[in-house]
Amino acid sequence: MSWWVWLLIAVVLVVAIWYLSSQAGRLDRLHRRVDAGHVSLQAALMRRAAVAAEVAGEMLPDPSSAALIAEATKNARRTAESDDVTRSVAESELTLVLAGVFDDQESVQELSEATDGELLEELASACRRVEMSRRFLNDAVRACSDVRQQPLVRYFRLAGRTPWPQAFDMADGPPEGFGVR
Amino acid sequence: MSGPLNIGIVCPYAWDVPGGVQFHIRDLTAALTAEGHQVSVLAPADSDEGLPDYVTSTGRPLAVKYNGSVARLNVGMRSTKRIRNWIRDGEFDVMHVHEPIAPGVANVAVWSAQGPIVATWHSSIEKSRALNASFYLAQTIMEKVRGRIAVSELARRTLVTHLGGDAVLIPNGVDCGTFTEAEPFEGYPGPGKTLFFLGRAAEPRKGLPILLAAMPAIIEQNPDIRVLLAGPSDPAEIKKKLPQDVADRLNFLGLVSEEDKVRAFHSADIYVAPNTGGESFGIVLLEAMASGTPVLASDLEAFRRVLDGGKAGAVFENENPEDLARVANALLADSQMRADLQEKGRHRAWLYDWGRVTKEIVDVYRSVRTPGEIVTEDFRGQLGGRFARRSGWRSDSNEATADAAEVSPPGAVS
Repeated sequence: MSWWVWLLIAVVLVVAIWYLSSQAGRLDRLHRRVDAGHVSLQAALMRRAAVAAEVAGEMLPDPSSAALIAEATKNARRTAESDDVTRSVAESELTLVLAGVFDDQESVQELSEATDGELLEELASACRRVEMSRRFLNDAVRACSDVRQQPLVRYFRLAGRTPWPQAFDMADGPPEGFGVR
Repeated sequence: MSGPLNIGIVCPYAWDVPGGVQFHIRDLTAALTAEGHQVSVLAPADSDEGLPDYVTSTGRPLAVKYNGSVARLNVGMRSTKRIRNWIRDGEFDVMHVHEPIAPGVANVAVWSAQGPIVATWHSSIEKSRALNASFYLAQTIMEKVRGRIAVSELARRTLVTHLGGDAVLIPNGVDCGTFTEAEPFEGYPGPGKTLFFLGRAAEPRKGLPILLAAMPAIIEQNPDIRVLLAGPSDPAEIKKKLPQDVADRLNFLGLVSEEDKVRAFHSADIYVAPNTGGESFGIVLLEAMASGTPVLASDLEAFRRVLDGGKAGAVFENENPEDLARVANALLADSQMRADLQEKGRHRAWLYDWGRVTKEIVDVYRSVRTPGEIVTEDFRGQLGGRFARRSGWRSDSNEATADAAEVSPPGAVS
């Protein structure tokens, strides 16, 4: 074979190796973003449960609502180590209870003036963080799945043994009483 | 969980040229600093003189042809070095980039960094050549951004359509505190009631003609009504085409200062926003609401959203003077309704206050970080960039821009 065939093969090989290694690097970066997303969502959910428990402990806004919140919080905490579906159900339940209790902006305003406004502010922030973290996680999962679906990435098993990224599904809208734009 | 953060903000546009993004960053920086965070801003600037302490300059921007018009961009080896130094020395807990897809500083900053990166999209450009030409670059940059923010629903939609994924919606802030109190102008609002219009009179989409067309019907029921108009205008030209009865009631303030704008809000019974389109967000509506002036606006999507679907302000059918007159008359006749809108409007405006907006942005910062993590320099990005530049992907305008900046004589950069 003449020299240019060898050259062509060499060039193709170099380009292929460069492409595959850059895709592998990209995939690695995306997997790390997904992992960070899970850590962040987990932290956000735990914080929300902790703040909600504190709100319930203060008997806010009234004893029966507080009991509901306490119950939902306990459930969410108990399932923190369970599978995604169980967790999702429990966390969504807490979202619904909080949304049901803090459903009116004016009342929340009055309550926060009458009591510890900082605690309610923290709960509002904790709820927002859950929503944001979940959105950012699912964004990362989508970007990562897009790359993993590429035929070359699949054929050369660039993802190795890393499990397929999992989105987390739950109801996460913050209560209307905390002011929704 | 709640300690102060060390934040690096990247502004793609020249700091010493006034613009929406620059003002946004200035106000955000002030609000973050007030909360106890440490902020450093990286931006191009014509000269280092007069820059605030918190701004680090990447050097002078060059006027280059980009996307069909002349843009002042800052891409060059010297500025790239400054960007990398800033990232390395800053040791930021989070890097917040604005308009990351715009070629220049923001682009290079994301390219050169790794770690907790947040980006804000301001513009709602329709299918842009910039986005298409540099899709590969855009995608790589998107993948590094862990948290995306859009300032309006329109900006969010642009982002979702062109790049996929999603973003959290955090609007521009309003400094509500500066609007709550002001001395009305002498003799205003007066027993005969006053309407207020703000905007460039000659620009049809601000809707002044709609308001003027509605005036006869409003005068019929409110014989002593007056109208304050602020914004650049040619009063003689406008009055010439109007019936005498309408022309006599117009009081032109011309271009007003921020202070006089607040006074004008307090001098009016109703703020009228008859805009016919082209609004992505109604910041003036919020300023009126923060001032406690009931708002009457056309039913544009952006306005409806700000007005909570019509609960925090009255709406009329867009481009329909009869409907404007009908709703205005109802509102002027009903003091209870005005008081109700005033109250609801005030509450609503506070949801957009810088204090609240800043809290949400900090929530974004905290949700993209794992504890102890900081932003570091990304060397792979640099290598990748070099490769990309050599493997035939240089025909698009992005690279042309970079090259133009690099080959320019040194005198032009320093």
